[in-house]
Amino acid sequence: MILHELLSFELLRVIWWLLLGVLLIGFALTDGFDMGVGAMLPFVGKTDVERRIAINTIGPVWEGNQVWFILGGGAIFAAWPPLYAVSFSGFYLAMFVILAALILRPVAFKYRSKRDSQAWRNGWDWALFIGGAVPALLFGVAVGNVLLGVPFYLTDDLMPMYDGAFYMKFLGLLRPFAIVAGVVSFSMLLMHGAAWLSLKAEGPVAERARRIGTVAGIVAAAGYAICGVWLAFGIEGFRIVGDVVTDGPSNPLMSEVARDASWLQAYSDRPWIIIAPIMGFVGIAMAVLGLRAGREVSTLLWSKLGITGIISSVGLTMFPFILPSTVKPDSSLTVWDSSSSHLTLFVMLVMTVIFMPLILFYTAWVYKVLWGKVTEEDVTSESGHAY
Amino acid sequence: MLDLVELSRLQFAMTAMYHFLFVPLTLGLSVIVAIMETVYVMTNRPIWRQMTKFWGTLFGINFVLGVATGITMEFQFGMNWSYYSHYVGDIFGAPLAIEGLMAFFLEATFVGLFFFGWDKLSKQGHLMVTWLVAIGSNFSALWILIANGWMQNPVGAEFNPQTMRMEMTSFFDVVFNPVAQAKFVHTASAGYVTAAVFVLGVSAWYMLKQRHCELARRSIAVASVFGLASAMSVVMLGDESGYDISENQKMKMAAIEAMWDTQEAPASFTLVGLPNREARETKWAIHVPWAMGLIGTRSLTEEIPGINQLVEENVGRIKNGTIAYDALMQIRANKGVMTDELKAQFEEHSDDLGYAFLLKRYIDDPREATPEQIQQAADDTVPGVFPLFWAFRLMVALGFSFIAVMAYFAYRASFKGMQFPRVALWFAVIIIPTPWIAAELGWFVAEFGRQPWTVDGILPTALSVSHLSVADLLITLAGFVTFYSALFIIEMGLMLKYIRKGPYMDVAETETWMERHEHRLRTHDGKGPFAPTPAE
Repeated sequence: MILHELLSFELLRVIWWLLLGVLLIGFALTDGFDMGVGAMLPFVGKTDVERRIAINTIGPVWEGNQVWFILGGGAIFAAWPPLYAVSFSGFYLAMFVILAALILRPVAFKYRSKRDSQAWRNGWDWALFIGGAVPALLFGVAVGNVLLGVPFYLTDDLMPMYDGAFYMKFLGLLRPFAIVAGVVSFSMLLMHGAAWLSLKAEGPVAERARRIGTVAGIVAAAGYAICGVWLAFGIEGFRIVGDVVTDGPSNPLMSEVARDASWLQAYSDRPWIIIAPIMGFVGIAMAVLGLRAGREVSTLLWSKLGITGIISSVGLTMFPFILPSTVKPDSSLTVWDSSSSHLTLFVMLVMTVIFMPLILFYTAWVYKVLWGKVTEEDVTSESGHAY
Repeated sequence: MLDLVELSRLQFAMTAMYHFLFVPLTLGLSVIVAIMETVYVMTNRPIWRQMTKFWGTLFGINFVLGVATGITMEFQFGMNWSYYSHYVGDIFGAPLAIEGLMAFFLEATFVGLFFFGWDKLSKQGHLMVTWLVAIGSNFSALWILIANGWMQNPVGAEFNPQTMRMEMTSFFDVVFNPVAQAKFVHTASAGYVTAAVFVLGVSAWYMLKQRHCELARRSIAVASVFGLASAMSVVMLGDESGYDISENQKMKMAAIEAMWDTQEAPASFTLVGLPNREARETKWAIHVPWAMGLIGTRSLTEEIPGINQLVEENVGRIKNGTIAYDALMQIRANKGVMTDELKAQFEEHSDDLGYAFLLKRYIDDPREATPEQIQQAADDTVPGVFPLFWAFRLMVALGFSFIAVMAYFAYRASFKGMQFPRVALWFAVIIIPTPWIAAELGWFVAEFGRQPWTVDGILPTALSVSHLSVADLLITLAGFVTFYSALFIIEMGLMLKYIRKGPYMDVAETETWMERHEHRLRTHDGKGPFAPTPAE
């Protein structure tokens, strides 16, 4: 096949770096509100009916939303195999905790309504809380650790190795900066869940969600600002030494990397990227104001804008780095040396171009069918379809 | 005490086999439910709607665990098999990602509407949603088996010395891998049989209890006809897989058949026997002359190599592999620059590079291996013969018995007015677990039979693992066992509860629904939806 030469290796790498961002943002924008709703479930609903209203706002859609996460995993595997290999094994125990939480969630959705017992349902409510809160927090912690650098290196055979004791694969991740990053992602998704509930629920559930969401939005903005200052003064960034080869073989050991820069250097190299943090702050501010004023659709859209800004600011700040190594910086994974082959990137791009519009189309259709508020009547009616 | 590699394998086997407790039922039940709903839309008879919803509920309870345990599968390669992920991700990752794009999004997006959309969609709209869920599930299986098929028969890829990994050379070859295609139809059909046996068994139980007989009878009719077609397809495609295996994975074939030495063509088939690996012989063997040659080569003249001859061959391949390895090391010392001479040396033997890696268990640098170590590594290429021999036979026996059972019930349903003797009904209840056993045995034969490789002839299992600590593995293994066991108990409890409860609100619901949708109820014969059906 020669067709793939139509697009240069360099361009395909940049496209796949962008698509990686699109998938992460897609996940945060859709499944993000599912996690947010889960994390505030015990607090927005006092009675079983109230909780069921909250659950049924996401009941028909969480399953499709979660595929963004699965697809994210698959796409990283296909387009960035070294990243897939190093990150998930390096964050091994943390990944296990995330998986356990994410496995708990679908089961809780499906099984909660299957028995009438109050104890049964309370138990599953806390399962939904864990299934929402734990991943929301840990994803941020992971991103914080990526900015700090991860203690891995590659052998000459490109086999990933890790420094440090086994429990470091979980406890070692809980470094102060990473925890702040975790708080940002947690509160940001909580705000997003509140915006969703304010649109899809009514009465006391929506009321309480708005109150929680307002506080969460303020915390997210403050945490995000703290992270920015911290990056400016307290954290060393990475840079590629010497000439940057953008279309060479995907072997991270072929380039030299130094850890003596500031991540924020990116803002003087590429000033236009300032738009991302601006989007982050403006989106959150408008979402908070919208929650207080009781606006519905626009609040959700502002919240989406804010989340998009925050996530893309991380990627744009680090570019071209994807996963820097603290113990042997030369092993760091960058956009230029840890992608799949030219052919695979091209094939996957063709697949994405065909199927992504289709996915967006039918997802939009499903949301349209389900448009409207979930009411008390919906969940108590005898049709038995609701969770 | 198990080492890191064994623990990683154990965890993968456990989580994968657990995942596959739910997948086959999802594959098959989604199609059966879609068939039932199609009948409903075509005839307008509420009983078919009730059937759709009842089996749909059981489908939902099962589906959710298939999805939940699938999350583990998607990330486990990176978590526990990081060198594997690096080494073959360029090829193996693509079908996994395409599965998400093309299939999983489809089924997961529409499954919500399947449950929540009854009152929000037209009948045809809902039927379309149901079929999309079924199609999505089956497409999922297709891409997963393309990925797995590549591990069995790695086509369309070559090793790149500069990136130390396999890279794709032809996407077409990877997708149309004959092993993958045969495996897909075999596996999907196995899922259909599983669902058919499940529906048959549960319905038989209702008939024995004299409950919901109308629903049960029709369900048996659907399940048995569907099951008969699927069971025949499983066996036929199993045979096709067998043929493909003998072409591509000679060692696996020889181990399944406990063929220690090459026989003169056409080889005989060992029906039963007690294979002994140490002595390299099969005791108490009963042979069927010619059969093996016919199954394996579809000819009377081609030879099928035996285990001893294959081990001998592999000694040579390991030696060749070390020559390729030597070239690789020189290329690396050259900073990735390949001279023509090195390139020629490497390419001549690069097909055997993976065999040199077999030595890494015994020595860091395969070039320095002693003849004993080479012999040892070649002996390692023989998988466990005894378990393969018996797992395969049990699976095949179950496969044939499904054809018999389904044929019997399809016959009674079609020609005997859907009347079934009690003893047959009891039998149908008792055999409910057997398709799961057959399916797990099938995976066992496929994956255990591929050992000591993760990718046949390319990458040994021992080299594929992540460099985690034993403590890491013990923590997650204990976590998975506890967590999964708890989920299994809850799942079984709910399944039984909903089977005992039966279809939801038989009469009242149908009436409410009638009132609401009266304008749409126009049957062809003008008698209305409650006109007695012939069987009533």
